[in-house]
Amino acid sequence: MTQKDPKLLIQPGPQLRQQMTTPVVMRDVWYALTPATLAGIWFFGLGAFLVLLACIAGAVLVEWYFAPEEKRGYFLGDGTAILTGWLLGLTLPPALPLWMAFLGGVVAVGIGKTIWGGMGANIFNPALVGRAFLLATFPIAMTTWTAPGDFFTIPSSLFALPLMTGVVDTVTQASPLGMMKFEHIDTPFIDLLFGNTSGSLGETSGLLLILGGIYLWWRRDLDWRIPVGIIGTAVIFSLILFMVDADRYPGPVFTVFSGGMLLGAIFMATDPVTSPLTRKGTWIFAIGIGLLVVLIRVFGGFPEGIMYAILLMNAATPLIDMYTQPRVFGRELDQNE
Amino acid sequence: MNLFRRLSNSFDHGVFPHHHKEQTEQLAIQRLPFGKRFVIPLGQHVGAPAKPIVQAGDAVKRGQMIAEPGGFVSVALHSPVTGRVTGVGSERYADGTFQEAIVIEADQYDAQQMEVHPIDWESLSIEAFISEMQKAGIVGLGGAAFPCHVKYAIPDGNKIRYLLINGAECEPYLTNDHRQMVEQTEALLYGAEIVRQKLGAEEIVIGVEKNKPDAIKALQDAIKPGQPIRVMPLEVKYPQGAEKMLIKSVFGVEVPAGKLPRDVEVAVNNVGTIIAIAEYFQTGKPLIERVVTVSGPGVSYPANLIVPLGTSIREVLDYAGGLTDETRQVVLGGPMMGDSIADLDAPMLKGSAGVLALTENETGRPQEYNCIRCGRCVEACPYFLNPARFARLAKARMFEEMAETYKVMDCVECGCCTYSCPSGIPIVQHIRTAKDHLRSMKGKVQ
Repeated sequence: MTQKDPKLLIQPGPQLRQQMTTPVVMRDVWYALTPATLAGIWFFGLGAFLVLLACIAGAVLVEWYFAPEEKRGYFLGDGTAILTGWLLGLTLPPALPLWMAFLGGVVAVGIGKTIWGGMGANIFNPALVGRAFLLATFPIAMTTWTAPGDFFTIPSSLFALPLMTGVVDTVTQASPLGMMKFEHIDTPFIDLLFGNTSGSLGETSGLLLILGGIYLWWRRDLDWRIPVGIIGTAVIFSLILFMVDADRYPGPVFTVFSGGMLLGAIFMATDPVTSPLTRKGTWIFAIGIGLLVVLIRVFGGFPEGIMYAILLMNAATPLIDMYTQPRVFGRELDQNE
Repeated sequence: MNLFRRLSNSFDHGVFPHHHKEQTEQLAIQRLPFGKRFVIPLGQHVGAPAKPIVQAGDAVKRGQMIAEPGGFVSVALHSPVTGRVTGVGSERYADGTFQEAIVIEADQYDAQQMEVHPIDWESLSIEAFISEMQKAGIVGLGGAAFPCHVKYAIPDGNKIRYLLINGAECEPYLTNDHRQMVEQTEALLYGAEIVRQKLGAEEIVIGVEKNKPDAIKALQDAIKPGQPIRVMPLEVKYPQGAEKMLIKSVFGVEVPAGKLPRDVEVAVNNVGTIIAIAEYFQTGKPLIERVVTVSGPGVSYPANLIVPLGTSIREVLDYAGGLTDETRQVVLGGPMMGDSIADLDAPMLKGSAGVLALTENETGRPQEYNCIRCGRCVEACPYFLNPARFARLAKARMFEEMAETYKVMDCVECGCCTYSCPSGIPIVQHIRTAKDHLRSMKGKVQ
């Protein structure tokens, strides 16, 4: 039976590998984002879908253009460019002109990732780099929120010519965060939970975002410490403020379910590339974001703070990693006992 | 955290590969028939190679010594069969290199029986016991093939309180220790008692992973009331059977870096080793055969076999029904720390716990992607090292920093990091490169 020798493969161990690969991890994130995305499209209409597509197109185009010719399949195959564009799209106002969304995708991957050396080498979360760029460049368009409306009505502002800002013809409405900050108007919890409020197109449905997070946790793609740390810190911090002066400061439930809090905590801060490697570092990172979000929202000039909170902690990540090296087995035992 | 760890009977971190033991865990140990030609490499244990004391043409008996220890950290070799030495020279080794070996042709007309000469161990002094062990050629049968007597040579001032018997068998597929615990329970307990008395240890602890309930039960049933033996079920997790991890799991103590188990008053031996010691003192049979698991999806009839050392890997595989067409790779040892075999005609060694035939399914490598810093390797490393950092620094050839800041030399190459990496980065290879480089640099300085 073994007259013929099979051609034996020689390779170093370990011979077994677990089945999870980076592209599979990225696909899992796609699946986890799908419910919240569909809800966003349902509430804000087909226009939201177009904004999303424009972001993804910008992101993928840059990834493709800057990849070495012979490695294009490899670069696009890991699925990160689509994910970056997708995440960026979810943080944008649903009536943003498409050319701006496209430009955001270009900047997200180009400046957020490619110039650092590609996947795994960037310091800041690429999608948030894209959003920060858009917010700084087009502050008005980026803070013009439309109320959820008819599914088939596509806002004409979407088709504004490049370098132009369109006229928003749908009903505009301040976001729950803006109303809270500037007018102290609370938004009903049930609307925050299901997403029937104005806001960025993918961040409004708290329930579906949490479901996506649970799926990722179940698939072991997500470090539960980050969302738990962020949300826990934000709840405690805002609860203290709320108890000090309930009229001035929003309560913990509002803090968690409004704005990009859940999207950021579950899908953005958990980006492994830009979060710390060590367990202890992960907690520091998460608590830092939780504190910063509430600080910015309550005491800062912007109604929303999750984006800057994450970007700031991203910048601190290499430092956190350096100071939270785990104790090596069998070393420095006296200090630990 | 500490309490939690005590409750789960395990060390921290580690990985959970599917154990695949169902193929052979219920199969009784069989004896592989004697072949014709036996190759005994002189350097198959850790330490100095043995020195041959036979020449081509000499007649040898089964169990006769054919090479004496080449130093203190070295053991004797014995003929696995009655037959004739046909030569002493270069022979193919499993890794593809050539190594000095004694070749013996079996006598086709001999019954291959051995006379039984029990050895009175109770009257032996510890020094005499140690030299008996070296003479019997007994090495650690878990895979490392470290001479057993060296562990027992305790320097003055050190004391052994516990004899820890390693029945964890955390490598997937392997069931040789499992079957020995079930079938040779008495021998195991007898051998354990010999070693315990000679070392002056207070208690024997047998650590067994929980996926071997029949072995745990067999041992518990065989222990007589009042005997200082305890069976400790352990979490099923790789690398539970790594010496220092096992000590951590059982006693909750970390062996300090650069120190040995004896520094925390523990001696660790594999199940197979203890049984080999028992057999030697009961019958006078030195280490001339061992139990091997032949398994994996590429083997037609997986089995647990008693294999005379020096038998070719091909004969072992043929007895198990040969390789299937899908076989891509044959591994000597376990799939996590074992090595790919370059030549099926190479001999089985004292440290060969398994022969595994793997197919595309197991050996396929994912495409290598950039590190996404997911931290799975950091979560997996049982030594709490930072493998992601190692891979990055090794690519930049910053070996000194790896050693000084990140303690790369503490790595035991268990492979948990490479196993867990979703980006398919061969982290262990990067670490090996760094360690080799650091060792060679150290050699130049001295």
